[in-house]
Amino acid sequence: MGRYFSLSAASLLLASGSAGAQTSTQSALESAGAEAQQIEMLFWVMLSGGTVIWLGVVGLLLHSALVNRRRLAEKSASSIILWGGVVFPSVTLCALLAYALWLMPGLRPFAQASPAALRIEVTGRQFWWEVVYHPPLGPPVASANEIRLPVGERVELTLKSADVIHSFWIPPLGGKMDMIPGRTNRLSIMATKAGLFRGPCAEYCGTSHALMALSAVAMAPEAFRSWLAAQAIPAEGAGASGGALFLRHGCGSCHVVAGTDARGLIGPDLSHIGSRATVAAGILPNTEDAVASFIARSDLIKPGSRMPAFDMLPPDDIRAIAAWLRGLR
Amino acid sequence: MWLVPKQIETLWTLFTAPVVWAAHFLVCYIGAAIYCAKPELVGLSFSAVRAGIAAATVIALSLIALSAWLAWRQWGLGTDDPPHDDPTRRDRTLFQGFATLLLSGLSFIAVIFTAMPALFLTECIR
Ligand code: HEC
Ligand SMILES: [Cu+2]
Repeated sequence: MGRYFSLSAASLLLASGSAGAQTSTQSALESAGAEAQQIEMLFWVMLSGGTVIWLGVVGLLLHSALVNRRRLAEKSASSIILWGGVVFPSVTLCALLAYALWLMPGLRPFAQASPAALRIEVTGRQFWWEVVYHPPLGPPVASANEIRLPVGERVELTLKSADVIHSFWIPPLGGKMDMIPGRTNRLSIMATKAGLFRGPCAEYCGTSHALMALSAVAMAPEAFRSWLAAQAIPAEGAGASGGALFLRHGCGSCHVVAGTDARGLIGPDLSHIGSRATVAAGILPNTEDAVASFIARSDLIKPGSRMPAFDMLPPDDIRAIAAWLRGLR
Repeated sequence: MWLVPKQIETLWTLFTAPVVWAAHFLVCYIGAAIYCAKPELVGLSFSAVRAGIAAATVIALSLIALSAWLAWRQWGLGTDDPPHDDPTRRDRTLFQGFATLLLSGLSFIAVIFTAMPALFLTECIR
């Protein structure tokens, strides 16, 4: 059985890049957010500036090596050095620096009179993300490994870490910000297009760092609000029979499932795991097979993670639990 | 002209401008860091921090300009062209003057780049 699970785990990992009905993007060059758009623009400006300078330097080099090989008079050589080597770079660098600095206040609009309506607190943990929504009205809503946000509304992210340094980065939506133990960092994003995006942990944080990703779903504001309201209450499937197995096998000591006695805080909140795009922090498609393999061989799929492997459980129990988890929408 | 220092021969004048640059850098960065960590301790607004950086910048640029002017004088007011590589006392003086002038130029630009964020940032956080 161990063999069955380890094989399927490996093939799942390989397939996960292409699996899933929706494809997610992780490119800073396909911006879908106001902040990311400015960063993309900055990239293109810097790249074009660099290209022009490179062409100029190489052109000059070729010109003096191939076309005009005369020695210059000392006077004109000095003036080329003065203008081309001192004045031009200083002025150009000054202009590029000014442009980059000029963008900065717009990327961090926190201090504005009207604060962001929605604040999302994300805490990095080896090797997953704890997520808490703080809507302007109503109690906080807990989730994990995925953030959802309304298109066209500015969201403030409060970024923390519970263990080591992680870094939060959803390239199509906004800039990168470290999550540092003992500190609270803030980041602003405003999605301008609906879609599914992917964000990797961008600071090496341990053995499974490369297996720590986050999905971000930008959705229409009305859809977002009804989704958030549904997240705030237990999932309909919570009362179904697989829940008893989940509790009996001790999963509840590490996981919360609203509407059951599972109240553990060591692992991700699973109250609505069935509605997420991916499982195990962005590395597996959200299918029953994938969830079952992760429960059985989390040690192989995510080496070093705090989720113990449960391959000693009867396969039928694992299946039943996976089916029940998939039903928590 | 009692205001203008006498021409002296020492290597120390070479470092004047970079030292001013370093001091300006530390004043700007440490000042802003202290203010943003403990605004209540300093009890001023962020505009005061920006004004402070502006004042430090004016002072630093003036000192560097003075160092550049003295270097230019030591370089014989630009009458001779480099390289000053004869093993003579005169060439040594001119070489040092020219090198000091170049370092002053570098420090001048660096001080401007150091201060530029204060032109755009309006609060600690943005
Ligand atoms: C010792 C604590 C612990 C126990 C016991 C535990 N888990 Fe986990 N679980 C974790 C941690 C920590 C993670 C996050 C792993 C990671 O991604 O790094 C996790 C992740 C998961 C995930 C993926 C969550 C997501 O958001 O995609 C599932 C599914 C899961 N556990 C199911 C179970 C089931 C079913 C059981 C019981 C058979 C169980 N866990 C028992 C700690 C635990
Ligand atoms: Cu990480």
